[in-house]
Amino acid sequence: MGNKAVPVSLKYTNNQLIGLSLLRVLIGWHLLYEGVAKLLNPYWSSAAYLLDVQWIFSGLAKSIVANPVVLGIVDYLNMWGLTLIGLALMLGLLGRYASIAGMVLLLIYYFFTPPLLGLEYSRPWEGSYIIVNKNLIEACALYVLYVFPTSNIIGLDRLIFRNNTQPTEDLLT
Amino acid sequence: MKEEHTDSKASGTDLDRREILKGLATLPVVGVLFYNILRKMKRDALRKSNLLSDLISEHQAPAVISSKSPGEHLRLGIIGYGGRGQHLVRGAGFATPEWVEKAAANAQKNKLDKGYATFMQQDDLNVSLVGVCDLFNVRARAALAASTNEIRPGGKPKEAAKRYRHYTEMLANDDIDAVIIATPDHWHSRIIIDAARAGKHVYCEKAMTRTFQEAIDVYDTVKETGIVFQLGHQNRQVDSLEKAREIVQQGLLGPVNLVEVTTNRNSPWGAWVWDIDPKGNRRTIDWDTFQEPAPTKIPFGREALKRFFRWRCWYDYGTGLSGDLFSHEFDAVNQVMELGAPKFVSASGGIYFYKDGRDVPDVFQAILEYPDKDLTLLYSATLSSNKNRGNIFMGHDATMQIGGAGDSKIHGLVVTADPESTRYRERIESGIINTRYPIYTYSPGSKQIDGVTSATARYFANKGLVYTYREGKRMDPTHLHIKDWLDSIRENRQPKCDIEVGLHEALACHMATESYLTGRRVEWDPDKRQIV
Repeated sequence: MGNKAVPVSLKYTNNQLIGLSLLRVLIGWHLLYEGVAKLLNPYWSSAAYLLDVQWIFSGLAKSIVANPVVLGIVDYLNMWGLTLIGLALMLGLLGRYASIAGMVLLLIYYFFTPPLLGLEYSRPWEGSYIIVNKNLIEACALYVLYVFPTSNIIGLDRLIFRNNTQPTEDLLT
Repeated sequence: MKEEHTDSKASGTDLDRREILKGLATLPVVGVLFYNILRKMKRDALRKSNLLSDLISEHQAPAVISSKSPGEHLRLGIIGYGGRGQHLVRGAGFATPEWVEKAAANAQKNKLDKGYATFMQQDDLNVSLVGVCDLFNVRARAALAASTNEIRPGGKPKEAAKRYRHYTEMLANDDIDAVIIATPDHWHSRIIIDAARAGKHVYCEKAMTRTFQEAIDVYDTVKETGIVFQLGHQNRQVDSLEKAREIVQQGLLGPVNLVEVTTNRNSPWGAWVWDIDPKGNRRTIDWDTFQEPAPTKIPFGREALKRFFRWRCWYDYGTGLSGDLFSHEFDAVNQVMELGAPKFVSASGGIYFYKDGRDVPDVFQAILEYPDKDLTLLYSATLSSNKNRGNIFMGHDATMQIGGAGDSKIHGLVVTADPESTRYRERIESGIINTRYPIYTYSPGSKQIDGVTSATARYFANKGLVYTYREGKRMDPTHLHIKDWLDSIRENRQPKCDIEVGLHEALACHMATESYLTGRRVEWDPDKRQIV
């Protein structure tokens, strides 16, 4: 991931590090529990959500529901995706991959059910939204975490990648 | 000076304590989360076990036995191949080429429409459709085409059907084992009685008969001849109603003194304003035979055509809401609570919306009283509002609602504890039961989504009459009901909606009709077998 736009190693102040790590852990907590709650509920299925999908992905969502095998795969990916991404963010494991994966997942949720004018959903939102909703904000926060990684300072990545990150740091300092 | 953080300050292999602390710094937070998840699981499990310990055994709906019906091959005749007759014959495994084509196209257009798949996945019932009788040539020909259509569960049919002009000619054929009757109600009793006397087993569409006396006569004949008789209340096959039955039988609702059942429809089709086939005329319809048992006779013409295709709108041929829709609701409650025939019935209503020349009401309510069971059954129906109310069993300890909870609970049921319950008082006080939330919900196939589209189809789906579930697999209750009848013939047993419960249905409906027409409360005298 060592491209120019996103340096592998950054220097943070205490407060910056605390803020970014806290954000990472909280988002991880949220995604992890969303995943685990689905895993624990034998009746959970994304079908009801998918049937409510509007806008450009409505047709795709309905064809997923129509095919029980595909629906099963989507359910599986959802449950385990959320769980593993959440766990990775919390533990700081492959932190930047997890940030990107979480961002993609949240953007899928956003674009499947965007709060655009004129779109009516059968299930109510838990707040009031126009164009921007919490999925979009959380996806954006994960982008921030991707640009400002912390898992190599606070997290398992620090222990795992301590050797290969060494030269990069030398270059930067 | 502020300390600056970068990654991996330690070098080489010396993994000091500080390094490990930073690497695992967030692990305790994960621990806190999982600790809380475990607490929540425990709490949920406790709640569930507290409820389910005396709430219904969790066993599944009965499995459908074997994919091929065992035993002898049976030959069937169909008498009356209108809309319902076609559905019943599909339930036996025969669809017209037009239906198959349309259903397949619908499935293509709307991937959620499972009508075609559900038909093709039906069990092969090991039967042939060999006799067809319909007074309208177009429908008779359609039935003949269905009998040889190879697109069906089980493949190429063994035999082709023959058309009979009159049902008596069909009954005279010794090769026919059993008949399905789906004529208008005014023909039911005569055909059932003649069929039973000819030794044919009978599946008859509801309502069982048009009049009270006909019901008594049918009951006596079926008993006397010992044929296997099934009345067409396919709700008997619906697993959520079986679940409801367990709940009531185990006394989980406490004493139930009031049950309210409802019908809501709001479309011309739902109000029996059915299409008049442009091919229907003097030459294609045997009008004289059609109206033979009807009290009022009229010459063939525009009015006759209307009556032929929209017969449910007149008492000459049926009993309107009473026999068409109240009969379903009554039988469902009879299935759940084993009510039997009511002692008193009073009914009222009127023709308020469809002032189209019909003589049956479009708003209709009936009160059925069971003094020996301390129970009143209330029925309320309208054909001009789709407000979906469901059926409610009001118990002292809990209320059970079937249907009426919106699409997400299609033909499921919900049990909610009553805040003043005696049975659940301790659990309500200790917080184990929250009366704002259901203590039991049952939504079969909740992981499966139905593309039930039209308002009337949704109405039936909410009543559990379109689809039911067996081990999570979607089944058409009509197919299961036909199968139950055929299996009963082969095993020489009584099917689920036999003549005993059939008589209850007929008595309840005819008492309601009688009360509506005479404007007085009527009473059933079981000794004299009369309505007084």
